[in-house]
Amino acid sequence: MSENSPAAAPKVSSRFSALTRILRYTVVRLITLMFSAVIGVYLTILIANLGGYVDEIRRGEISERIQMRVLTDPTIKNLAPDARAKRIDDLIRLEEKKYGLDRPFLLRSMDYLADGLTLNLGRSQNISSDSGSRQVRLILLERLPSTLILFGTSNLLLFFLSLLWGLSLSRQYGSFWDKLIIALSPLSAAPGWFYGIFLIVLFAAYWKILPFGGMVSSPPPAEPLAYFLSMLYHMILPVMAITLSSIFISTFSDRTFFLIYSSEDYVEMAKAKGLEAKDIERKYILRPTLPNIITGFALLLIGLWTGAPIFETIFNWPGLGRVTYQAVQLYDTPVIVASTVLFAYLLAITVFLLDFLYALVDPRVKVGGGEGKAA
Amino acid sequence: MKTLQRTLAELAQYPSAIFGLLVIGLLALVSIYAVIAIPYQQAVDLWRGGEKIWYKTPKMVPPAWVNFFRAKKLPDTLSLSTVDTPSIKQSAASGDGQKINITFDFDFNADEFPQELSFYFTSTFDKKAPFVSAVWIAPDGRETRLVDYALQSPKQTFRFSQDKKLLTRLFGKLPQEALFAVPKSDPLTPLKGKYQIQLQITTFEKASTVDVEFVQYGKVYGLAGTDHQRRDLLIALLWGMPVALSFGLIAALGTSLASMVIAAFGAWFGGWVDELIQRITEINLVLPFLSILIMIGTFYDRSIITILTATILLSIFGGSIKGYRAIFLQVREMPYIEAARAYGASDARIIIRYLLPRIIPLLIPALVTGIPGYVFLEASLAVLGLGDPVLPTWGKIIQDAEFNGALFNGMYYWILEPAALLMLTGLAFSMLGFSLDRIFNPRLRGL
Repeated sequence: MSENSPAAAPKVSSRFSALTRILRYTVVRLITLMFSAVIGVYLTILIANLGGYVDEIRRGEISERIQMRVLTDPTIKNLAPDARAKRIDDLIRLEEKKYGLDRPFLLRSMDYLADGLTLNLGRSQNISSDSGSRQVRLILLERLPSTLILFGTSNLLLFFLSLLWGLSLSRQYGSFWDKLIIALSPLSAAPGWFYGIFLIVLFAAYWKILPFGGMVSSPPPAEPLAYFLSMLYHMILPVMAITLSSIFISTFSDRTFFLIYSSEDYVEMAKAKGLEAKDIERKYILRPTLPNIITGFALLLIGLWTGAPIFETIFNWPGLGRVTYQAVQLYDTPVIVASTVLFAYLLAITVFLLDFLYALVDPRVKVGGGEGKAA
Repeated sequence: MKTLQRTLAELAQYPSAIFGLLVIGLLALVSIYAVIAIPYQQAVDLWRGGEKIWYKTPKMVPPAWVNFFRAKKLPDTLSLSTVDTPSIKQSAASGDGQKINITFDFDFNADEFPQELSFYFTSTFDKKAPFVSAVWIAPDGRETRLVDYALQSPKQTFRFSQDKKLLTRLFGKLPQEALFAVPKSDPLTPLKGKYQIQLQITTFEKASTVDVEFVQYGKVYGLAGTDHQRRDLLIALLWGMPVALSFGLIAALGTSLASMVIAAFGAWFGGWVDELIQRITEINLVLPFLSILIMIGTFYDRSIITILTATILLSIFGGSIKGYRAIFLQVREMPYIEAARAYGASDARIIIRYLLPRIIPLLIPALVTGIPGYVFLEASLAVLGLGDPVLPTWGKIIQDAEFNGALFNGMYYWILEPAALLMLTGLAFSMLGFSLDRIFNPRLRGL
C-alpha cells in the first residue's frame, strides 16, 4: 500500500508501477476485446451466410468481373452466342475455384472473416458513395464521421450533464428537483428516435424553427465556418433527442451512486475532520463513484450505438445507421453485412475506451493490480 | 402468498406504482377486447384489405374527436345506403321494369368541405342496363343535376369530382365544394342545413335490381383517423396492443429467466463453465444487436416469432447476467448452501431450490423494467420496415406515417397516436418496475 511507504523514492516507484498496471490492464483488455470483436465479426458472417448471402456477394462480384473481361476480350466476344455463354460459364467456374468458393464452408468462412475484418466486402449492389464509388468500404467509411460527430457530441454532453446534475441533486437530497428526477426517470424507457419524433413535430413541423433533418442545409455552404454553423444548427434536434432519452435515468443513477457513497463512514470522518465540502465532494465522493458511473455509462452508450440505424433514419442524418437503413430498403447485401461488422467494431472501440477510462479512475487497478471489470 | 400481499401493500404506497398497475391493467383489458372483438384472421384481412374493404373511408384524415378542439368544424364521414335502410327506396312498376325513387337526406353542419363524394351502384340486369338520374338539392332549394346515364356494369362507381359534365355544370369548381357552397361566396363557404339527393332509376327488365350507396368522404373519421390506404387506424392501434404487450412480456421473461438460470449454473459450477459464460457475455457485448436483427429480418424472415427468438437469444448474455452472477457468487458461500450440500443435495436441487429463489426479488423489478425496451424494439424494427409482414402493429403505423411524410404535411395524429400508446405502455411498465426496484432493493429503499 502506497500510504504506508515512507519517503519519496518508493512513491515514485509506486506511481511507476501503477502506470505499468494500467498499461497491463489496458493491453489485456485490448487483446480480449479484439478477440471478442473477431468472434463477433465471425458470428455476423456466419449469420449472414446461413442463407449463403456472403457466397452470393462473392459470386456476384466474380461474375461481374468476368462479364467485364468478356466485353473487352475480342477472342471471346467474337464467338458464337452458345460458345460464348459456355466460355463465360467456364471462366466463372474457374474463377470461383480460384477464390475457393468450392471449398468446404469452414475454410471459406475463414476467408470471409479476413475480408470482414478488413471490411473488404466488395461492391454494393445499389448504393453508391457521395464520390460515386461502389466500394462498400468507401461508402461506409465516408459515412462514419457524421455518425461519430453526432453520437460523440451527444454522449459527451450526456455524460457531463448527468454527472453535474446528479452531483448537485445529491447535495439537495429530497428537494423538489430531486423528487422530480425520480418521477421523470421512467421516461427514459423510450429510445432516442421516439423523442426525436416528438421534437420534430414541435420544433420543425409546428414552430418551424429547426430543420426536419439532414446534416447541413441544401445546397451545402461552401465556406467552412458556414458549413460548421449549419451542421450545428442541424445537430440541435438529434442531440436533444438523445439527451432527452437518457438524461433522466443517468442523472438518477449518478445521483443514487453519489448518495450511496456519501453515506460511507470515511465521508463522515472527513466531515468530522472539518475538510471543506468541495474537497469532500471531489476526493471522497466523486472519485470512488466514477468507476460505477463509467460502467453504467458504457452500457448506455452501447444501447445508443445499437439504436443508430433507426435514429439516423428518423433525422435523415447521413451516417452509418442511415446507410444501413437504405441498404435494408434496397436489399443491398454487402452493405448490410459490412455495416453490421463496422458497428461491431464501433462497439468494441467504445467498450475499450471506457475500459481505459475505468482503469484511469479505478484505484483498484492501480493499487491491487486486480483487474476491475468495466461494463 | 403472504409475500405477494406484503408487496402489494407496499406498492400501494407508491403513486407511480399504482398508476403503472392501473395502466397495465387497462392495456391488458383492451388487448383482450381487441383479440375477441377482432379475431386474428379478421384483423389481418382488414389490414391487408386494400380499397375493396376500405372504399367507405376517406384518405388520411384525423380522428373525429379533433373537432372538439377546433373552432372550424371538419365534416364527418357519412354513408347512406339503400341496403341498410330500404325504406328510402320506393319502386313502382313501369313497363317491363320498375321506376325506383331514392331519396338521401342528410345534414351538413361543418365549416369545411368534404374530401370527396361518391355513388356506388350495385345492379343486376341481363341485357338492358338501368338508367340513373340524380339531382342535388341544397337547403335553400337550389337544384343541381348530378348525373344522367345508363349503368354500364353491375358494380359502378360515380365519383363526383371526376365527372367532366358535372364539373362543367359547376363552372369548373370542385363538386364537393361547389355543391355545398353558399351561392356566389368567394372564397367558397359551406352552407349548413338539410341536403337532399333524389335519384330516379329506371330498370327495363323484370329481375333487374339496383342498390345505391352515397358516401360523403369527410375530413375526419372514427376514433383514430385513417391512413394513406383509407384503413381505419383504430384496428392497428387496438391490435398493436396485444402484439406489443406479448412481445415485451415474452422477451423480457424469456431473457431474464434464461440469464438467471445460466448465471446460477456458472456461479455454482465455476471453472470453465463460468469462464465460458463470461467470455460469451463479453462477445455478446460487441455484437451490434439491432444490426443483427436487421440482417435476420432482411435475409431470412421477419415474422414476429423469428424476431422474438433472435431477440431473446441475443439478450440472454446481456448486462444483467453479470449482476446475477455477482449475487450468486455471494449466495454460494452462505451457510445454508453448505448445509444443503452436507445433507447430500444434488447440484440441480441446490441450484433450483436454494440458489434461484434468492434472486427473484432482484429479477422481478429488472423484468418489469425491461419490458418497455422490448416493446420499443419491436416498434423500432417495424419503423425500419422490418415488422411482421401480416400483423398490424404500432410501429407499422409510424413507418407508414414516416414514409408518407405525415410530419411534413401536418398529419400529426398519424404518428402521435401510436407514439402516445407506446409511451403510455413504456411509462406504465417502467414506473411499476422502478417502484418494485425500491421495494425489493433495500439499498435503494431510502433513496
